[in-house]
Amino acid sequence: MGYEKRIFICDTDGGNIKPFEDALNANLRAEGLVEKVQIVRLADAGIYRKGVMVKVTPENIVYIDVKMDDIKKIVDSTVKMGQAAPDIAQKPPEKQLKIVLRNCGNVDPERIEDYVALDGYKALSKVLESMNPDQVIDEMKKSGLRGRGGGGYPTGLKWSFARKVQDDQKFIICNGDEGDPGAYMDRSVLEGDPHSVLEGMTIGGYAIGASKGFLYIRAEYPLAVARVEKAIEQARASGFLGKNIFGSGFDFDLEVRLGAGAFVCGEETALIASVEGKRGCPRPRPPFPAVKGLWNKPTIINNVETLANIPYIFLNGAENFAKIGTESSRGTKVFAVTGKVKHSGLVEVPMGTTLREIVFDIGGGILDDKKIKAVQTGGPSGGVIPENFLDTPVDYDNLGKLGSIMGSGGMIVMDEGDCVVDISKFYLGFCVDESCGKCAPCRIGGKQMLTILEKISQGKGELSDLDNLRKISFAMKKASLCGLGQTASNPVLSTLRYFELDYKQHVVDKRCFQGKCKDLFVFTIIQDKCKKCSLCQRNCPVDAISGSREEGFLIDQKKCTRCGRCFEACKFDAISR
Amino acid sequence: MGKANINGFAVEFQDGMTILDAARKVQIDIPTLCKHPDVLASGACGICIVKMKGNNRMLRACCTPIEEGMDIITHDPEIVETRRTVLELILSNHPNDCLQCGRNNNCELQTMASNFGIREIPFPKVVPDIPKDTSTDAIVLDPSKCIKCGRCVEMCQHVQDVWALSFLDRGIDTRISPAGDILLGDSPCVRCGQCSAHCPTGAIFEQDDTAKVWKVLQDPDKYCVVQIAPAVRVAVGEGFGLPPGTNLTGKLYTLLRRLGFKAVFDTNFSADVTIMEEGSEFVQRFVHKKGPLPLITTCCPSWVDYMEKFDPDMIEHFSSAKSPQEMLGALSKTYYAQKNDLDPAKIVNISVMPCTAKKYELKRSKSMYSSGYQDTDIVITTRELIRMIKQAGIEFTNLPEEQPDHIMGDYTGAGTIFGATGGVMEAALRTAYHLVTQKELGRVEFENVRGLKGVKETSVFIEGTEIKIAVAHGLGNVEYVINKIRQGKKEGKMPYHFVEVMACPGGCIGGGGQPYGITDAVRTQRTQGLYSDDEKSTLRCSHHNPYVKKLYDEFLGHPLSHKAHELLHTRYVPRPEYKK
Repeated sequence: MGYEKRIFICDTDGGNIKPFEDALNANLRAEGLVEKVQIVRLADAGIYRKGVMVKVTPENIVYIDVKMDDIKKIVDSTVKMGQAAPDIAQKPPEKQLKIVLRNCGNVDPERIEDYVALDGYKALSKVLESMNPDQVIDEMKKSGLRGRGGGGYPTGLKWSFARKVQDDQKFIICNGDEGDPGAYMDRSVLEGDPHSVLEGMTIGGYAIGASKGFLYIRAEYPLAVARVEKAIEQARASGFLGKNIFGSGFDFDLEVRLGAGAFVCGEETALIASVEGKRGCPRPRPPFPAVKGLWNKPTIINNVETLANIPYIFLNGAENFAKIGTESSRGTKVFAVTGKVKHSGLVEVPMGTTLREIVFDIGGGILDDKKIKAVQTGGPSGGVIPENFLDTPVDYDNLGKLGSIMGSGGMIVMDEGDCVVDISKFYLGFCVDESCGKCAPCRIGGKQMLTILEKISQGKGELSDLDNLRKISFAMKKASLCGLGQTASNPVLSTLRYFELDYKQHVVDKRCFQGKCKDLFVFTIIQDKCKKCSLCQRNCPVDAISGSREEGFLIDQKKCTRCGRCFEACKFDAISR
Repeated sequence: MGKANINGFAVEFQDGMTILDAARKVQIDIPTLCKHPDVLASGACGICIVKMKGNNRMLRACCTPIEEGMDIITHDPEIVETRRTVLELILSNHPNDCLQCGRNNNCELQTMASNFGIREIPFPKVVPDIPKDTSTDAIVLDPSKCIKCGRCVEMCQHVQDVWALSFLDRGIDTRISPAGDILLGDSPCVRCGQCSAHCPTGAIFEQDDTAKVWKVLQDPDKYCVVQIAPAVRVAVGEGFGLPPGTNLTGKLYTLLRRLGFKAVFDTNFSADVTIMEEGSEFVQRFVHKKGPLPLITTCCPSWVDYMEKFDPDMIEHFSSAKSPQEMLGALSKTYYAQKNDLDPAKIVNISVMPCTAKKYELKRSKSMYSSGYQDTDIVITTRELIRMIKQAGIEFTNLPEEQPDHIMGDYTGAGTIFGATGGVMEAALRTAYHLVTQKELGRVEFENVRGLKGVKETSVFIEGTEIKIAVAHGLGNVEYVINKIRQGKKEGKMPYHFVEVMACPGGCIGGGGQPYGITDAVRTQRTQGLYSDDEKSTLRCSHHNPYVKKLYDEFLGHPLSHKAHELLHTRYVPRPEYKK
């Protein structure tokens, strides 16, 4: 007995959806529809910025910012009549092309039947019934798919290395240790469409000759873990995992391993160490994991997003997949767009879409219609790309040329009010916290760069500090053991490249004109605007404001501790900083 | 085999070689702070970076295999500048208190800073403030001086299989410490000191007992007696620029007298005594079936500690004979004191050892007080002796050669080879043959037990009876032997009759208290020094030592006598791996 309709709900602000769900449930019960309509909770709903999202399928009508009062309207017109309720409906923005996220929001991730109904495991059956492993790898090479975890290494080529090595046991690992601040594409796929990842892994396992795979998922994603585990059980029960899959003689099974929250464990060799139960530190390569990986066996590690592409490639043909995107980067990429953009959320676009299209056409432009300053791509070890390069088509090579990286697809939009020193400090601080501490360039270099940035943001910087930042950056890039250290300085290097003036303002003028570096604030009373209400004087905890309601007020800069209480207290915007 | 280019020089390489190895073949030295030939490359320091033509990245020479056709550049301005920056970063994270540091003038970090001509460090100091760990009485951990090269952890975990040391915390807070952030003295540490012998800086250092020695030497009420271990004589010269393996026995005797010792004895003598006791014990078990086989040697205190912690089921196999150091200590305060009418309370026994664990052995059990006093009082390592010589203002290498004090100073070739892996076994076999057959060997060498192979399994025949033996060195090699014994016990078929174990790779010549710079080449040279000493000896079997005979005739009676048991034997107890 299937459901006739499905309602997907999601609180895009991350709030508690339970009351809404209960109200919706009550309404359905009152209408006698409980048996026919299934309610599905989603963790993420794509590119919607505010409030509760409701999507009704099969009509695929999407509402955003839904209030409790709207429930009845939705049930009446959409659930009962199959029509959009005129006041609240909003179509998803265009320009997106969903391959990785094709099923997210369209299937119940806890029901394998839903996935199968949408051609799920058809790619696997095609592969196992009509292709040998070499043909599978050739097809992957033809597709041009490159790793979506950050490195951008051609997936087919990677598989071919593990295929070539003779060994009694090989492994395939799904890297779900998504740790970039603000990124959640892997989580969305694992939570919204786990079977596509399992299917991708099984195809990969067949290609390289592995009979066992692990999904390494960070423990902070309990829903993803639960759904993946359920999906594995269902796949086993349906014969898509286990012994002799589709009667082909191919055995393959999967297991979940939890990550303990170390960012560096997303690095292949550190991830392997972690799965083996060791301290999560990278080791030198070669040997590469494809030759000597988990427990010294040939091991392929693919990112969640990479794997989710694979069933699509085999269903639709590598040539068709390769038609999407640019010469060097085929297919689509999912970005987690956040920051000062009107609609933040996940976006999946063909490679080659420009940053401007992503930020303005899909993301709806800058919050409060301010001026855009730059876009930061690639997560904490990515770089910033200033406004004048926004028309660059996004792909691996173009981002690299601009001093940034694709990374796993973080995209943070900065407006004119963002301070590059502050931003660099944040990103570098993340990498310094997450450095495993094994190699000296990353361990000490990161810390020293952060110390210098702090000095600059406190107004104690010297021009030689900028040279030292460049010098340490170079050494970290060249001499760090793994990708984390090699790229950790990117935010600093790229902001120094494009916004050196901002740094010089901090260092020479001792000012942060973006109003972010607290120690560089100079609070002054704008006498024209001042109404002499004395609120600032009364709020000052150190008696730095002299004057009277008759004469007006002045701030003694020597006494001022830059706490900002006056600035906040003033009702007339008469204090500048 | 293959061919590559390094700095324009053609180099032929063997499979498995790294860029670093290949560069050395053409006299190019690529600097590194973390790579040591004894441990796997970890790539931690980031100093050994090189360029490969056609590749934008820099590669780590220590862990990148060299491949056919590679075109490597090891030195250009950009590479050297990058290395310099990394070195400056490391120095910004180091106390740089070289003048007060035990590694002053003998520190790999200091040498590199000197070679790079570092005159200032452009970055602020970020030095961790972590207290020293002095809990072992053998090794001092000073994590603030640690550069996180990882050699000690590798030695402790993978070479020695002890797993006392590990890295704790992450990022800039990363530090070396026993797991669980406990004190080293409460950890499974067996004090072998391999960590200290491989540390490139002063972060792990032997407990310095030289001040104690100076103090007793100046005390007119004390009667200072010294002994030197076999392995010391072939390594001490390295502190004075002599090649490893140079035998300085005679100069050492002269030196120790000049330092003020009243009696200069040799641990080689008590090694001969050990053979009499342990050899007799073996004969008891092997011929007379009194006690289980195999018999396992117990000269090495780290091995004893390891076994008590990890393999206590082996206790019944352990020889009850004390180590030569402890035997000489006990005899000094009894036999020697009586012969010379000395008050044993005034005797201070000091031993010069290649070993940090010997400092622990002093008080390891009640048996170490068999003379009625603490049998041996102070242990200094070879490294400490070198420092004392330099402080004393003695031109050591120009000294004339003297003889030891006779009653416990003369030794046979069997005693001197105790310092190398396989040496105790070989010495024991020479005497066991005599004890079993009452005949003398024509040829005394047992080559199969010599050499640096981790586990040496072989058989010898005494009058047609096979004795199956195993010799293991480096604690990481022990588990294989022990597991075979356990298996044999289960199946009622013993794989061995006699087993020798030394904790340190190469045996005592590679001990944790020996001069810095240990490699297999150095081990081989030191070992050679001992075997040459043996070859040159007129007496090469312990039972031929006239002073050993005298000792038994005049004092102990016979091997395994009641008195010998009282003074020269000990017991073992299972100990917990972790104290708390």
